[in-house]
Amino acid sequence: MTTVTATPADDRVATRSVAASFLGRPEIGALVGAVALATLFLLVAPAFRSVGNIGTILYGSSTIGIMAVAVALLMIGGEFDLSAGVAVTTSGLAAAHLAWYFSLNVWVGVAFALALALGIGAFNGWLLHVTGLPSFLVTLGTFFVLQGANLALTRLVAGGVSSNSLNDLDGFDGAKAVFASSFDLGPIEIKVPIAFWLVLTVVGGVVLLRTHYGSWIFAVGGDPAAARAVGVPVIATKVALFMTVGFCAWLLGMHNLFNYNNVQSGQGVGNEFIYIISSVIGGCLLTGGYGSVVGATVGALIFGMTQLGITYAGWDPDWFKTFLGIMLIAATLVNLQVKQKADAR
Amino acid sequence: MTAAGATPAPDGEATSSDGPILALDDIGKSYGNVHALRGVSLRVRQGEVTCVLGDNGAGKSTLIKIVAGLHDYSEGTMTLRGSVRRFASPRVAQAFGIATVYQDLALAPLMSVWRNFFLANEIRRGPFLDIPAMKRICAEELTKMGIVIPDLDRPVGSLSGGQRQVVAIARAIHFGAAVLILDEPTAALGVKQSGVVLKYIAKARDAGLGVIFITHNPHHAYLVGNHFIVLKLGQVALDAHRDELTLAQLTAEMAGGQELAELSHELRGAQPGKVVPPGDVTPGAVEAPELAPGEVAGMEDV
Repeated sequence: MTTVTATPADDRVATRSVAASFLGRPEIGALVGAVALATLFLLVAPAFRSVGNIGTILYGSSTIGIMAVAVALLMIGGEFDLSAGVAVTTSGLAAAHLAWYFSLNVWVGVAFALALALGIGAFNGWLLHVTGLPSFLVTLGTFFVLQGANLALTRLVAGGVSSNSLNDLDGFDGAKAVFASSFDLGPIEIKVPIAFWLVLTVVGGVVLLRTHYGSWIFAVGGDPAAARAVGVPVIATKVALFMTVGFCAWLLGMHNLFNYNNVQSGQGVGNEFIYIISSVIGGCLLTGGYGSVVGATVGALIFGMTQLGITYAGWDPDWFKTFLGIMLIAATLVNLQVKQKADAR
Repeated sequence: MTAAGATPAPDGEATSSDGPILALDDIGKSYGNVHALRGVSLRVRQGEVTCVLGDNGAGKSTLIKIVAGLHDYSEGTMTLRGSVRRFASPRVAQAFGIATVYQDLALAPLMSVWRNFFLANEIRRGPFLDIPAMKRICAEELTKMGIVIPDLDRPVGSLSGGQRQVVAIARAIHFGAAVLILDEPTAALGVKQSGVVLKYIAKARDAGLGVIFITHNPHHAYLVGNHFIVLKLGQVALDAHRDELTLAQLTAEMAGGQELAELSHELRGAQPGKVVPPGDVTPGAVEAPELAPGEVAGMEDV
């Protein structure tokens, strides 16, 4: 038997310092960015300093963050979902059209939308598996299919570009209370999607780091062949990740529906990139196998702060997208740098 | 699945009290019109080391991928504990107690050492991972293998090649229940690390595992092997017990035997030991050697 004394610890491999371990966390770049951005806006935008606006900023962030959590998990699992933006609109429209057309209890529409959203996710995962194509192409296809269906079916059912109002149907008040209510936390108005967002972040983070499913997600993104060889159910894991995106799209879709009483059929296009950018700012590698749910949430917060901060500071909001692009590139560079430094220690 | 029920293996070997745990009979595998394996038969007994030797492209990897559940086979039968089996996935093969160390190690480079070690075999306490227990067992198993990695949270990609190899072997030994397959475990290792691996193969045998040791090094094989199979172009060229074979014979068989004699005859024209004056070579100026038809085709890695 080989003993420890026969082979002493390899002194070429030193233990990493606590600081290096901390800096090696994937979300650290996003945290630094968020603090820097908050400081900037606190200095230049007086409205940003008002406590009451915290609720507004968090609400804006939550409408991105709910999806960013799921998209980050999917990216760590090595895949993209370009249909995530329009899927939010699709689930809202599905609930609205079904309930309105047949004058049903809105909860029937809500349940149907959930089944549809999960089904779209499962379909994306299944198609990926069957065709062996990159998810970029497969979900690009789904994106266009859903975008077209949103417009065409809305014109067919409601005769326009928005779904009909549901507020005289049974169950509307209950559904609004669940998906689009708000409560006060001291001087801050907390809209319910903020709570969804935080719960999803905690659940997603725990699943990723503290359960075996998290290990599987990292493995199928990092090296799917190795994961399969040691016995990870690669296809099932990826399908589950796409369905998680579907679930979150449903949740956000229901909020949009009951918050505004109707859904515009053209909404959601382009949002898929915002979710991906939030995840990347939060430390997810585009190649999969590395990233953080908490990071994606901080990434979404950066979006929310920027969106409102630019307005509060009195700058031209047209610059928003430019600013986002710069943030994305900066975040990618910071992540790369931090990761190399951490690995080198 | 269990169509053959408990019928003994056809050649009567199973009539002995300790029949093979795993038997392959006339196994064949085709990729399109390429026959990677043809009529390969193999017996793996518990408490024995079965060595599979062969040159690159001889079909060794294909053979173990069939046993490990990565590939299905197109001809013949695979019998595990008396029942004919086809493994739908590596997960199924593992459930039957077959653990594999792959040549490419099957480790996810960005994942930590302990997560890789327990991948797909995680220890859970309720729904959550029992991280302290996993780190402790991982450290113990690696220490037994003779390496100490102080920080098990390091990504596997930052380890040296030898360390990665040891992680993969330690994992398979820890989880291997009945049959342990090692695909070229010593190919990338130095002499000392190879020695550690060979000791572990012997330990796994002593523990009663059936070990399949794939290698192209006859010296390593002869140090631990009970039974030797030499594959050539997807077919069994030699199938012998240790008693019927000397190291010299095994080495000669591996080196090509008849083929080596032919090669030495052919290369005599190349004048070994000849030295020519240095010269500048323009691109494309090196001539191709004269090859027999099909000689390059034989180099394809199957």
